[in-house]
Formats: sequence, C-alpha cells, structure tokens
Amino acid sequence: MSATTITRDYSLVGPEADRAVAGGLASARWYAPPIARAELKELMRRDDGPAIRDTLIWFAAFIVLGGLGYYFWGSWAAVPFFIVYGVLYGSSTDSRWHECGHRTAFKTQWMNDAVYQVACFMIMREPEIWRWSHTRHHTDTIIVGRDPEIITPRPPDVVSLLLNIFALKNTVVFFRKVFLHSTGRLTDEEATFVPEGERSKVYRTARIYLAIYAVVIAACVYFRSILPAMYIGLPTLYGGWFALYCGMTQHLGLAEDVLDHRLNSRTVYMNPIFRFLYWNMNYHVEHHIFPTVPYHALPRLHEAIKADCPPPYPSSIAAYREIIPTVLRQLKEPTYFVRRELPPSAQPLRAASAKAAGRLK
Amino acid sequence: MSESWVDAGPADRISPEDVARFEYAGRQYALYRTTDDRYFATDGLCTHELVELADGFVSGTIIECPMHNGRFDFTTGEAKGAPACINLTTYPVKVEGGRLLVKLN
Repeated sequence: MSATTITRDYSLVGPEADRAVAGGLASARWYAPPIARAELKELMRRDDGPAIRDTLIWFAAFIVLGGLGYYFWGSWAAVPFFIVYGVLYGSSTDSRWHECGHRTAFKTQWMNDAVYQVACFMIMREPEIWRWSHTRHHTDTIIVGRDPEIITPRPPDVVSLLLNIFALKNTVVFFRKVFLHSTGRLTDEEATFVPEGERSKVYRTARIYLAIYAVVIAACVYFRSILPAMYIGLPTLYGGWFALYCGMTQHLGLAEDVLDHRLNSRTVYMNPIFRFLYWNMNYHVEHHIFPTVPYHALPRLHEAIKADCPPPYPSSIAAYREIIPTVLRQLKEPTYFVRRELPPSAQPLRAASAKAAGRLK
Repeated sequence: MSESWVDAGPADRISPEDVARFEYAGRQYALYRTTDDRYFATDGLCTHELVELADGFVSGTIIECPMHNGRFDFTTGEAKGAPACINLTTYPVKVEGGRLLVKLN
C-alpha cells in the first residue's frame, strides 16, 4: 500500500459526518451472528449476584488499601497501596461506568444507577454526556464523523495517548468541559448527541462535580497536605494507566467505517485479575454485537459465537504485538489498518463492510 | 380511522417472559407474553434509534432495546429513562381460540 498524507476529519460536525450519513454508515444495520433466541435469552438474563459480589470486593479493597495508605503515609511503604488504590479508582471504574451505563451489570436498576454515578465521578466522565456519547459509540462504532469515542485518529495522536497513560489530556478536557457545562452550555459536538431534554442534568452534574473538587482542594489547603487529593481526584491520574492499557485493545488499529464488529473490535483473552478489573470487557467483539448480555455472561457468549468470529488474541501482550507496530506504521501510512480474518465457518461479510475493509473493489 | 382486530398468529409462539415480532401492512410490531400469560403489543421499533425490539430482552414487564439498552414498560409503553425518552405506542391484545388478536388502526 502506498504512503499517503490524506487525513480525515474525526469531529462530529465536519464533512465526514455528512459523508457517513450519505454513505449509509450512520445508524445502520450491523452484522449479528446467528444464535438461537432461547440461547441468547438465557445469556441476556440478569443477575445481581456477580455484580454485588464484585462491588463488595471493590469497596472493601478501597477501604483496606486506603487505610493502609493512610497508615504508611509519609513513608515509601505507602506507595504500593496507593498504586493499587489508583488502579481501582482510576481504571477499574472504566468498566464499572461502562457496564452500569448499559444497565446490565445488576438486575436491580437502582444498583446500576448508583454504581454508574460513583464510577463516573471517579473516572471523570460526566454521566449524562457519557451515556449519550456511548450510545452513539454503539450506534456508529468506529464510523469516522459519527463515533465520539474513537480513541485516536489516523495518523495516531501518539502524544495524547502517551499523556493519557496518566490521564493527563483526558483530565484537562474533562475540567474544561465541566466548567463549560457548569455555565449551562455544551460543545457543538455534544449538542449532536445529547437531546434537549437531557441537557439540564448535564449542567447540574457539572456544578456538583466542581463543588466536590472544590471541597477536596479546600481540604488539602486546610490540612496542608496532598493526602485528601490522593483519595479523590488524583487517583484518576496516577491510576489511569490500566484503563488505557485495556482500552487500547478494543478497537485501535482495526478497520474504520465497517458495519461489522468482527472487523473493528478485538476479543483478547486476559487473566482473572485483569478480567475482574475490566469486568470481562476483553470480550469486546461479543459485547458490541450483543450489548444486552451482562459482563458475567460474556465468556459463555464468546463460546457460543466464536466459530463466527476472528480468532481471539491469546493475551494482551499478543494484542499489543499487533497494536504498537500498527500505530507506528499509521504515523506514516494513515490508511493502513489491520484486516481481521474470519474463520472458514464464519458467515461472510456483507458487501458494504467487505468494501470498506478492502476485500471488495 | 377504522380499527380492527388483526390475527397475529398462535399465542404460544411467544415464550413466557419474551417478545416476538409481528408485521402488518408494512409496519412492525412487538408482541409480549408475561410469566403469568398476559399478552401485550407495542410498536416494533425502539423510539430512540428505530432498532427492532423483538431482538431485545424481556424482564418482568420491561422490554430492553438490543442495541442501546433503552427500556420501556411494555404494558404502558412508558420509556424508563435515557436513552429511551419517548414512550412506545401500545395496542390492545386479546387471545381467542389460542390466537393472538391485536387491535390496530
């Protein structure tokens, strides 16, 4: 493939947005593997048990790690406790926000909503904005000009990715937007996916968030210590690296503008600790195809449809062996992407996806 | 506008606590059966993004859209929160001789 300097406009209000609509890529019908209704119904069934168990462990870990961090504060012995506290606060919240946003984690809806609000605050994602943003991400997954959650454009913005190892860029963007929302305004892009009737909630939440952070800053000043911010606020930064590590495996380097999640998403096998922190979102192809299936059923869904999907990556390391060279190559060759191969047993690609993925001319 | 009872097929084609699709005169509808064998009908497409509700998940009297998890009470059509913000239209249903009849405009 020849090198090119063509770059695309990834904003939601530019020419690519119109092109996606005109090309039938917006709000389109996506591929779904054949699966018996009875089996899918069983997989979609909700259960409070796994999420209550995981959430109790999660909160207990915050208390224990936070307590030990406090006990050892002032010595190097506090560091490992805050490192793990940070990963729980700044990274595991990514999956809690996500699953509870879909309202699939718990059977009981107020539990989904409560954990969603807590997790959103921790990971610095305004709950109403991100609910609508993620809705669009599922409607138009990795459709340029439509999906607000494309992690990086082509050519990749490596500087932003590196800054976000410690959530630095995300945090700056978050506070800029929270200040804007607290004044009763949205960005032009947000106005494309947040309905009028939902906007007052955005403004109210932004004001509450600012008030909480003001209290944390005041506590730091009052106690002449950074310790309060080590529990609320800073862990989103110093513990955000694991969310990026997992999040980059989801779609980075794969096809854009295809209507088939088998081509633009990765399923990556991960160890039990990662899967606890990530709430099984490593089964990302499965999640996108059937978002009504709760996280605890995704391994079973994977078994049910894997004959129709590209082979999963055996580990996150294996995924990064593909991702890193792809990102580096895209710096010089933005049109390059990884073509996922379907197994012989899989249903074929639809024409539109095959064309976008370069299988058809 | 005239209304009539339309035959939507055998009632037992819908499992308890589940949903099935029904098309009539070019429009899609969703038919529901509760665990206590009550039947309901609504428009077939989610009011949020026009996704087919018949592929969704039924829990109690809630139908959840298969794409964005928008939730509706199918007995009333009430949208239960974002991203479902607009209620579904509901239609009267009765069972006669084992057949589902839906009253449509």
